[in-house]
Formats: sequence, C-alpha cells, structure tokens
Amino acid sequence: MAEAVLEARGLTRRFGALAANEDVSLAIAPGECHAVIGPNGAGKSTLVAMLAGEQRPDAGSVLLAGEDVTALGAARRARRGIARSFQVTQLCRDLSVRENVMLAVQAAEGRHWGFFRPAHSDAALTVTADASLAAAGLDARASSPAALLSHGEQRQLELAIALSQAPRVLLLDEPAAGLGAAETAALASRLAALKGRLAMLLVEHDMDTVFALADRITVLAGGRVIATGRPGEIRADRAVREAYLGDVVDA
Amino acid sequence: MTATLFAEQTLNGLQFGVMLFLMAAGLTLIFGIMDVINLAHGSLYMAGAFVGGTVTARTGSFLLGVVAGAAAGALIALLLELTVIRRLYRRDHLDQVLATYALILTFNEGVKVIWGPAPIFLAAPEMLSGTVEILPGVPYPAYRLAVICAGVAAALFLGWLIGRTRTGMLIRAGTTHRETVQALGVDVGVLFALVFAIGGALAGLAGVMAGPVLAVQVGMGEQILILAFVVIVVGGLGSVKGAMAGALLVGLADTWARAFLPVLLRGLLPPSSADQVAANLGSVAVYLLMAVVLAVRPQGLFPRHA
Amino acid sequence: MRERLAAAIGLCLLVAAPFVLEAMDEAFLLSVLTRMLAYALAAAALDLVLGYGGMVSFGHGAFLGTGAYVAGVLLHHRSDGSALVAWPVRIGGTAEALIAWPAAALVSGLLAAAIGAISLRTRGVHFIMITLAFAQMVFFLVLALPQYGGTDGLMVPGRNVLAGASLEGDAPLYWVALALLVAFLAFGRSTMAARFGLALRGARMNERRALALGVPVYRLRLAAFTLSGAVAGLAGAVLANQSSFVSPDLLSWQRSGELMVMVILGGQGTLFGPVLGAIALLAAEEELAAITEHWMLILGPALLLVVLFFRGGLWPLIAGKRGDG
Repeated sequence: MAEAVLEARGLTRRFGALAANEDVSLAIAPGECHAVIGPNGAGKSTLVAMLAGEQRPDAGSVLLAGEDVTALGAARRARRGIARSFQVTQLCRDLSVRENVMLAVQAAEGRHWGFFRPAHSDAALTVTADASLAAAGLDARASSPAALLSHGEQRQLELAIALSQAPRVLLLDEPAAGLGAAETAALASRLAALKGRLAMLLVEHDMDTVFALADRITVLAGGRVIATGRPGEIRADRAVREAYLGDVVDA
Repeated sequence: MTATLFAEQTLNGLQFGVMLFLMAAGLTLIFGIMDVINLAHGSLYMAGAFVGGTVTARTGSFLLGVVAGAAAGALIALLLELTVIRRLYRRDHLDQVLATYALILTFNEGVKVIWGPAPIFLAAPEMLSGTVEILPGVPYPAYRLAVICAGVAAALFLGWLIGRTRTGMLIRAGTTHRETVQALGVDVGVLFALVFAIGGALAGLAGVMAGPVLAVQVGMGEQILILAFVVIVVGGLGSVKGAMAGALLVGLADTWARAFLPVLLRGLLPPSSADQVAANLGSVAVYLLMAVVLAVRPQGLFPRHA
Repeated sequence: MRERLAAAIGLCLLVAAPFVLEAMDEAFLLSVLTRMLAYALAAAALDLVLGYGGMVSFGHGAFLGTGAYVAGVLLHHRSDGSALVAWPVRIGGTAEALIAWPAAALVSGLLAAAIGAISLRTRGVHFIMITLAFAQMVFFLVLALPQYGGTDGLMVPGRNVLAGASLEGDAPLYWVALALLVAFLAFGRSTMAARFGLALRGARMNERRALALGVPVYRLRLAAFTLSGAVAGLAGAVLANQSSFVSPDLLSWQRSGELMVMVILGGQGTLFGPVLGAIALLAAEEELAAITEHWMLILGPALLLVVLFFRGGLWPLIAGKRGDG
C-alpha cells in the first residue's frame, strides 16, 4: 500500500473514567474513501476531533503524509491540508453564502493580511468561490446570508467550504445528518465523484451510503477498533454483526 | 522587628483576602450558575457599608449595623435580580456589562444624593477597638482579627451551604450542568434569585466589615470589584474553592507589595516620592500575579471542568 | 446607498460646523466639538475589536490615556528643556506632532499588543475581566510617576505643532482631529471589507469554523487589538492638546466603560455609529450637567433602558442597515 495520507496510531482519549477512544489506529490511503462506523457513543466524533486537531489525544499520534502533526492545533492542521465538515453545521451565519466559501479559499491561500482591496473584487477569491458554489448547486443563493439557507442547503455549503480548502484529506462527520432520501442520494453521488482523487474519512450512520462509497471500513465499538476491512469483509465479520450490524438488521 | 512586621502584614493580607473572598464568592457563583457578569456587585458592597455605617451610628450597635449591611446587600441584590438582571440572562456578556455599568453610575450618584460626596465614618465597635498580643510584644488590632474570624465563619457557612444542603447541591449542579437542573423541574427563577441574594448578602457583609478599616465612600465598590475579578481570574471562573485560593493569594500579594515595596524603594528613590511611587507600584503587584497565572494556566488555578 | 448618503451628510455637517459656529458667535463650542471628535476616534477604534472582532475590551481607556500621556509628557519635557531619557542617549521632549503623535500611537499599540497577547488566550467573561484588570494596572503605573503629576495629572504646556505649523487656537486642532477621524473611518471600512476583515468577522461569527479552515484567529485578533489600541492612543494625543491637561482619569475604568457605551449607543460594527454615539453621549452629558449636579442619576437609568430595550444603536436607524456584530 502507498504511504497513508492520514494515519492514526494508537489514539486514546479519556474523559474521566470513560475511554472515548482506546488505542485506535487506522490509515487512509491516497484517494481512498475510508468509512468509520459504529453505534452511538462508539467514539467516532472524538476520533474526528483528534484527527482534525480540536482535541488532543491522551496517548497516540496523528500522522499527515508521514509527518507527526499530533502537537499541532486545528488551524495549523487545516493549513497543512486537513479539511473537515461538522456533524452539526458550522457556518459563519451572518456572512453570505459566497463569503463563507471565499473565506475558505482565502484560508487555503493563507493570505489574510489584505487591508485595502475589497474581498468582493478580489478575483483570486471570487473566481474559485463561484466555481465551488456552482458545483454545489448553490450559485442561486450566493448572496443570501448563510443563516437563511435550508438545512439541506447548509449541508451542501458545508461540503463546498471543505472542498474549497483544497485539502489533502477530507474528514466528513455525518455529512448526511438530517438529510432526506433524495438529498442523501445527491450527496452520495457528489462524494462518489471525488473518490480516487481525494482521500476521505467518512463517518456516517446511513449504511447504504457507507457500503456504496467506502473502499474500506473501520468499525468502532466502545471506543475500540473491532474490525477493519473491505465492505464485503465487514459484512461477513461475525464480531461486527454481533456488535453492530445485527442491531441494524433486527431494527 | 522585620519578623513582627511580616507577621502583622501577613495578618493584614489574610484579612483583606477574606474580604475579597466574600466579594468574589458571590460573583463567581452568579457567573457560574447564571452566566452573568455583574459589575454592580461592587455597588452592593458599597450599599452594605453605607447602610451598615448609618445603622451603627443611629443605634450605636455595630452588630446591628453588620446585620443591616448584609440585609441591605441581599435586598438590593434581590431587587436587581427581579427588575434588571432577569432580563439579561439571555443576552450576551456585552449587554450585561453595559447594563450593570449603567447601574454602577446610578448607584454611585444615588449614594451621593443620600449621603453626600464626603466619606462617612464607621468606627469599630468599642469591644474590638483595642489590640490583641498575637506574639509576645506584637500587638494587633482586635477588630481586624475579628474580621478574619467573621470572614472565615462566612466562608465555612458558605461551604456548608453549598456542600451539605439540597439548595447547595442544586447550586453546584447549576454551575456545571445548567440544563440538567432545569430539566429536574427545579424552579430556576427561585434558585437564581436565591443565589443573587446570597451573593448580595456576602457583598454587603464585606462592605460593612471593611468600613472601619477602609474609607466608606463612593467608588469603594469598583476598587474592590476589579480586585475581585482578578481573584476570579486567578482562582478559576465559577469555582468557590478557586475564589478562596485566589482571594488569599491576591490579598497577601497586594498587602505584602504595598507594605514592603516602600522599604525597598526608600533605598533607591528620594524619600519624598518613594512612598507614593511604592504605594502605586504595590497596587500593580496583583495584576502581575494575574498575568503570570494566565500565562501558565489560562483557565485559572481551579478550572471548572478539570 | 442610504448609509453612504448619511455618512456624506454627517461629514458635510462636521465640515460646516466651524463656519456655522463662527457665524453664530459660538466659536468656543468648537473646542467641545474637537473633544467629541477625539472620543469618536477612540470609540471607532474600539468598534474594530468590539463590533467587528467580537472582543469585548473593557480596557480601552488605558490606551486612550497612555496616548494622551505620551503627547503630554513630550510637550512637558520640551517646555522645561529636561530630558525624557538621559542615558544612554539623551532624548528630550518634542512639540512636533509628526513625532509625538506616532509615538503616542506606537506606545499605546505596544501596550495593546502586550495586554492583547495575554488576554486573547481567553474568551468571554474572562476576556472582559482581564482587559479591565490590565487597564487598572496601567492606571496605577501612571499614578506611580510623580514627575508627571501622579494623581493630580499633568498640565500640558502649549500645543503640538504640525510640520512646524502651529495648532494653537480651536480651528486648526479641529481640522486635524476631523482629518484623522475621516482617515481612520475610511481605512477601517476598507479593511473590514478586505481579506483581513473577512477573516476577523468570520472568526467572530464562528471561531470553530474559522479554526477548521486554518484561519490564524489569534494572530488576526491580536493585530486588530493592537491597531485599535494604537488608534485610541492617537485619539488620546488629540485630547491632550484639546484640554491642555492629562489626567489619570483618562485611564480609568469609567473611561473604558464610556467608550463601550459610545460604541453600543451608536451601533456596533458600523464604525460610523460610534462617532455618532460619542457625539450623542458627550452632548447628553453636557446638557444634563447643565440641568442638575446629579446628572448621572438621569444618565445611568437612561443607559440602562437603552441597553434593555433599544438594541442596535442610532446609526442603523439612520442608515437603514444593521451593523456587523
């Protein structure tokens, strides 16, 4: 296997007596869509937070293209190419849709110290931002404040923002949360188009989406990795069926 | 000589620390439970001092004055909670700062109207006007010792209230899990008003007890308010234990710096200016202490969510 | 559009003011107006961090006062020929505004950078209390300078000269103050619409999102805080000239609170609003003080009512557009 774009080695995170993550290791190969599944409380969001740099692990390390980034905070990791979407949408609500994306483009460029030229007439920001909005189908809403978008549109914007960062790896924390069937299908096809070009970590509850998109799947339960493998292997895995998939099937 | 001076100043520092604790405890609880920053807390302290001083002068009983001061603090706090603060719970901190800043202006001017612009005099009670020999050959004002005892008693009472009673359990839960307490079906409005009244009583108590030691004048509340903020920042926001530790640290640092800096500076500066310089530089010490604590532990010594 | 029109009308009024006042034989009011402009500059500077940046600084009085003291102290040394610094190189005072005013902005800016570097590690109520406390520290430091008057304040002998030209009289200082204010408003507006402002505002609205994008939130905020402190210092230098006196009162928490009131009263996140707020508050103070000695008893409750029931500020009412913040 080629060198992993993003790798977790033995990540452990405890809240008091509770271990949210215990010795979690996984590696995302270039262009791979790597799904992380598990029941509620399995530690998926904690894992994403540690990979993104929002939380520090108590033990273990995070490697970005072989380089140890464990000590870096969220902003520095973002500048090195880790982008993420949030389970609960995180937008600059009073900025316009377009400005939200422009800010992401600006951050990817790493040039924040402009004092005179209005951002709106800065082609380096607007051209990329508009293209990104068009790709997300949000161009009609570009000048609306982000707060006024529908939930589905906000989720699309969230993805458009992350893609505008031109990341090396994309962490998606339940991107389909709260979406209807049609919106979920549209999202899945957008993500499918990215496969092979962008390394992705996909945390998702919707199993159809996961098995349709994932190249490999890591299953978390009680903060530990209980299985990693190709979708077919995971489907067949006895431990997984008992810990997790069984519940879904019965339900 | 130096040792006795040191002992004396350390007791002064403890006494000041105890007063600061009475102020900071209320502030930190109010912040911890209601997420409100109340600048007018200093006004409650001032009100306690003025009302306590007046009652003492009229009745001749300092004890009655103390009770009246604490009661005034509690009553005004309760009134403020019901009329103003209640409207600020859902507002951001900026609105809270501005509204309570407006309250300070109002209270300060109100006191000037009622009592006049000059400081009023509040004497220590006859019984405590003498000195006590704390070490052989070292007399110490009995009143200041009494303040320390009263402060410690108030702190113990607060500790008991918060640690051992059902109300205290709710208060503690409120500082860490505000939503849970609301979900328990507790009448949060009553709980908030109660916490405010307790904070007000402590501030009023501190004010009237400070009367015979410091000047009872308009503006006294803000001086101690800002120091109480330093206490809270040093100790950790929302933590009563932190308020205690912070108050003692700040009280001692402030007193020591003011007492010993003049001695140090007398060697360096002409005596005419040394005292003024030292007194003001001494006031800077606690802020440096705060800066150091912040640099090492931005959340204070006892952060709420350790 | 309406906002631009309102700003243009406001500027016209300020430009016409000296002529109108002279025609009305009330030229002495120009000095009062200059004081309002100086406070307006400081309040607009505060708006940069408070409105656009979301940093509730309760310590801007310290930057205002420090700037005033720098200008005052330089004039003081110039007047009695003594040295500001005697060793290792002798630095004397100066009356030249082109040196003294940048010096005021520089010292206040450095102070803001130091205070900001520590305070910006914290958020919310912490930040408010810490900026207040550090401003109080600066207050006591100034009191500890007996050669500059200590608690009594410092009489400022004469005024600065601007590139050799005298600023004596009310009109020259007024024009300079107005020019500085207009320049800062233009700069501030453009900056808040440029990349710097986009990132600063984005970080205020959603810090978590900004960090996840890789926005260097701390550095941007520190830069804004430093800039704001420097401009407040410049306003202080104007004030020292206007009143021929600098008092430790300028550094007090009351002054910091007043600046915040000006921003909120006028409308935060607009830059124009705080100008209006400064003029309105100072005018109200003057008018009320003429009615009763206890005017605070009117102003205090009035402010309380404004905060409780009148949100958004004056400027959005005129401009028909909500502020940023």
